[in-house]
Amino acid sequence: MQETSLQAVHQHAPPTSFIRKHVFSLDHKVIGKQYYGLALVAVFVGMILSWLMRIHLAWPTWPIPGLDKLSAVGAPAGVMTPEYYLSLMTMHGTIMVFFVLTNAPFAAFGNYFLPIQIGAEDMAFPRFNMMSFWTTFTAFLVMVAAFFVSDGPPISGWTAYAPLSAIGKDAGPGLAMGQNLWAISIAIFCVGSLLGALNFIATTLDLRTKGMSLSRMPYSTWAWFVTAVISLLAFAVLLPACILLILDRTAGTSFFIASGLVLSDHLQPHSGGSTLLWQHLFWFFGHPEVYIAILPSIGIVATILPVFARKPLLGPRATIGCMIAIGFLSYMVWGHHMFVSGMNPFSANLFSVPTLFITIPATILTLLLSATVYGAKMRFHTPALFCLGFISVFISGGVSGFFLAQPSLDVYLHATYFVVAHFHFVMAVASIFGVFAATYFWFPKMFGRMMNDTLGKWHFWLTFIGVYCIFMPMHYLGLAGNVRRYSAFVDDYLIPLIPVHKFITIAALATGAAQFIFLFNLIWSRFKGPIAPENPWEATSLEWSTTSPPPFDNFGGRHMVVYQGPNEFGVEGSANDYVMQTSPEKIVSR
Amino acid sequence: MGKLFAAAVFVITIVSVAIFVMHTWWLPIDISTTGPAIDHQMDETMIGVGILFLAGQLVLAAFVWGSSNASSGRKMKIFPGGATPLVAGAIILVGLEILTLTFVGSKAWGAIYIAPPAENSLKIDVQAEQFAFYFRYAGPDGQFGALHPDKIDDGSGNYFGLDPANDIAARDDIVVGSLTIPVNTPIWLKLHSKDVGHSFYVRELRVQQDFVPGLEIPLHFTANQTGKFEIVCTQLCGLGHYNMKAYLEVVSQDDFQQWLKTQAGQ
Amino acid sequence: MQAEAQVTLDHESKALLSQARTQFSASPALVSGTTTSETGMWVVVAAISMSFAAFTSSMIVRQGSSADWLHFHLPRVLYVNTLILLASSLTLELTRRRIIAIPATLRHSSADAGTLLSNGIYWLYVTGALGLIFILGQFLAWRNLAAQGLYLATNPSSSFFYVFTALHGVHLLGGIGGLAYVLRKLTGSKTDSAMHVRSFGAFSIYWHFMDILWVYLLLLLAMRM
Repeated sequence: MQETSLQAVHQHAPPTSFIRKHVFSLDHKVIGKQYYGLALVAVFVGMILSWLMRIHLAWPTWPIPGLDKLSAVGAPAGVMTPEYYLSLMTMHGTIMVFFVLTNAPFAAFGNYFLPIQIGAEDMAFPRFNMMSFWTTFTAFLVMVAAFFVSDGPPISGWTAYAPLSAIGKDAGPGLAMGQNLWAISIAIFCVGSLLGALNFIATTLDLRTKGMSLSRMPYSTWAWFVTAVISLLAFAVLLPACILLILDRTAGTSFFIASGLVLSDHLQPHSGGSTLLWQHLFWFFGHPEVYIAILPSIGIVATILPVFARKPLLGPRATIGCMIAIGFLSYMVWGHHMFVSGMNPFSANLFSVPTLFITIPATILTLLLSATVYGAKMRFHTPALFCLGFISVFISGGVSGFFLAQPSLDVYLHATYFVVAHFHFVMAVASIFGVFAATYFWFPKMFGRMMNDTLGKWHFWLTFIGVYCIFMPMHYLGLAGNVRRYSAFVDDYLIPLIPVHKFITIAALATGAAQFIFLFNLIWSRFKGPIAPENPWEATSLEWSTTSPPPFDNFGGRHMVVYQGPNEFGVEGSANDYVMQTSPEKIVSR
Repeated sequence: MGKLFAAAVFVITIVSVAIFVMHTWWLPIDISTTGPAIDHQMDETMIGVGILFLAGQLVLAAFVWGSSNASSGRKMKIFPGGATPLVAGAIILVGLEILTLTFVGSKAWGAIYIAPPAENSLKIDVQAEQFAFYFRYAGPDGQFGALHPDKIDDGSGNYFGLDPANDIAARDDIVVGSLTIPVNTPIWLKLHSKDVGHSFYVRELRVQQDFVPGLEIPLHFTANQTGKFEIVCTQLCGLGHYNMKAYLEVVSQDDFQQWLKTQAGQ
Repeated sequence: MQAEAQVTLDHESKALLSQARTQFSASPALVSGTTTSETGMWVVVAAISMSFAAFTSSMIVRQGSSADWLHFHLPRVLYVNTLILLASSLTLELTRRRIIAIPATLRHSSADAGTLLSNGIYWLYVTGALGLIFILGQFLAWRNLAAQGLYLATNPSSSFFYVFTALHGVHLLGGIGGLAYVLRKLTGSKTDSAMHVRSFGAFSIYWHFMDILWVYLLLLLAMRM
């Protein structure tokens, strides 16, 4: 009889076949690793695309060996056409934002660790969870297919502004089948994300173990939860936008296409559509999306930093409050991407004020993280270095936002490299640093082996210096008015800036090469790394109270009871300088 | 390792800030009457943000330097006052900076985008298309002809789709590929797009405005220096986006009248 | 013998449940199960609402952006369809009264419980049938529009009509699929009765939401078309 009750709790029995264990698995841990694997493939594809872009910008006439094999039309004899540059740029942005930044910090680590950190045996809906991964994977395949259609991938940027993206092949090369595949892929991606968000929210609300109140959840769990809520509402808007775009492209509707437009000498048959409607829908999703990209990394750093500082995070409740505030405010600011778009100029202030206000919780978070370092006895292992690096690059990326948030300055800086610098610092650097910190930190738990710390440090230093060399100069280019999304620099005022671009390209190639140290470390350690104990970093949250890697049901039949928050570091009068969440020890003083 | 990190952050910060301060790469000259307000806003923000940037990075470096003391006997220290002064300080200081910048900045913004154009502005119609800008003046009759997209014929130079055969007002419209304007004269542009989204950007005028298919968007300014400047497209419009530009020629008022006469004669 | 064992379980069920709660240290949700599926369903409702909100604002913006909006009369069959869908929510409630009242453990043992169950399932079939009739009715509405020469791309007003009704219809079909799933569970094996109650509760939320969503869409279309 007790078995009956137990079975009600185990939503699924341990799988036996290879397919069930490693391919179509219901286990959130496997799904988390699958997401990570997908993100890893995607990030290398995205990075190689960025190399191709940067090489073309610095040396436009130099033939890139092998590029004509990828596309004979796009790069005859290895020299990129302007449209192929824009294709690669579009795919770079799309793959990085969707398949890397939404996948790695959120879907990958969240899927693996959220259930464990709250003491659950799995996500609330394991079948939907499996579906969410395979849906996302399908979306990736559809996206990659765009590289191989005859017309090439779309050239309208990851933002796919209408009517360029909506009209079809009359608008130019890459805008026929390639754009269709893009829109379909993103629509499929939306479905996968919605399924994932559903699981994160239901699991966090309902499956917390005894004693795991909301205030005792680790900050990474909080971040994943808030991100899931944002994600649910944001992707629920992008999906309609993609549907309307596909209808405009294939069914002759005019949601986004105005009347009287002449492209390729054809008067287009559409009428009355609103160009700005696409921008509003897209950015209503797009702005929360960038917070989906950064919030998990903030939570991850807030979780990892205290472990290596051996002291508690300063202001844990303020940290949680700021994450929630950022999530909430993220829905009120989308118009700051549209200051010069032709929307009502009065609305500029309406969007600018909340945008500037978001700097307040962001500043608080940065100060709290920095102040946690104050007076710490830091253990400078690789995860710690990436956390500290995160703080630095988050400051760098955040302050440039201060300029762009003001309409009067955006008049000058919009669509320049200043914007490119800003979003790369916060997304491509800060968010990825969170992913690196998470990887080095949680690899022992996931695979039962330690990653090599020396290689990790080399990876950190080359990357940290490298990203500053790549992205800091872009601010200067922006101040000089260097326009973005140009495949070549032919204007009079741009020609003197080309040496800066060459510097950036060299830095990008070098920094990219350094990432292979990480890849090597990842793969080598998976098989040959030293065996990891249960709690190598002396951390407190629930994942460190189980084996490395955890058993099928996460806790080996044990039913965890939580007595502490996750922040008990630097505790005196205790056997160690920390108290785990599962320990009933009464903490007297610090 | 901690000291190395602190040193690296210190060097990166100082070098970055130095390059900003030295204006090695900077905004070009400002030739517009609304430009100084924007440049002032830029300077104010640069100083305020520069201080935040310097402080944030150097404090981080200092804390990391301090935390890398290897002696294990040293007690852990909590930041004095805990989280509260940081939270309060951030809200007050950043909040104040936000309010100041917003108040001052909205004037600079309003001068370009909200204030109405002057009564006696010179009206010029601007069309953006893949991949060129065309400019239309009303000609001696002071009237713009109507636009007919179905009549557009780039081959014969009828970029705007005018119908001079049936439309009297269109007969003397002047259509050119560069924007010639008189100095110290209010200019009122009307922007429309033939095909997809484009944007009008002149760095020296400190203006930027998208062309939105389906809309006709006004943009006004006054140039207070003569010279030749570049108008570049900043809204991704297709493969020729990088090459889509026109020249802005600001000439003396006499030279402009002369130019108009010559154009009208053609 | 089987019946006896289950009766014994029933007597001790409360004690067992509370024991399980302490032992498992899991939230009551996982053991009793009613909450998680329903939480999940509310999340689904939130997401779908957000999507339809996006379509609504798209329609409002599109209508205001150009003077080409052509008004037309909504096909009368839509109003009939609305009544049918509302009726299906009623029959769903009839199902609920009969099924939820039965303690899970008694479901397959007592004769009274058996009658209640089969009555409940009957009303569930009716609900499903009404749902299918609604879908059929929507097709009739589309035929009506096509006869007037109003297709997807004819005019923005007809575009939005088709988009709204098609998407609602697709979601309703998903609901009918869910109904089939619940039916299978209720008429299937005897164990895991608790899960049947869970899935039924979640299903009802979804079905009633489809109803409310349709009423909202009808009002929206009636006001705007």
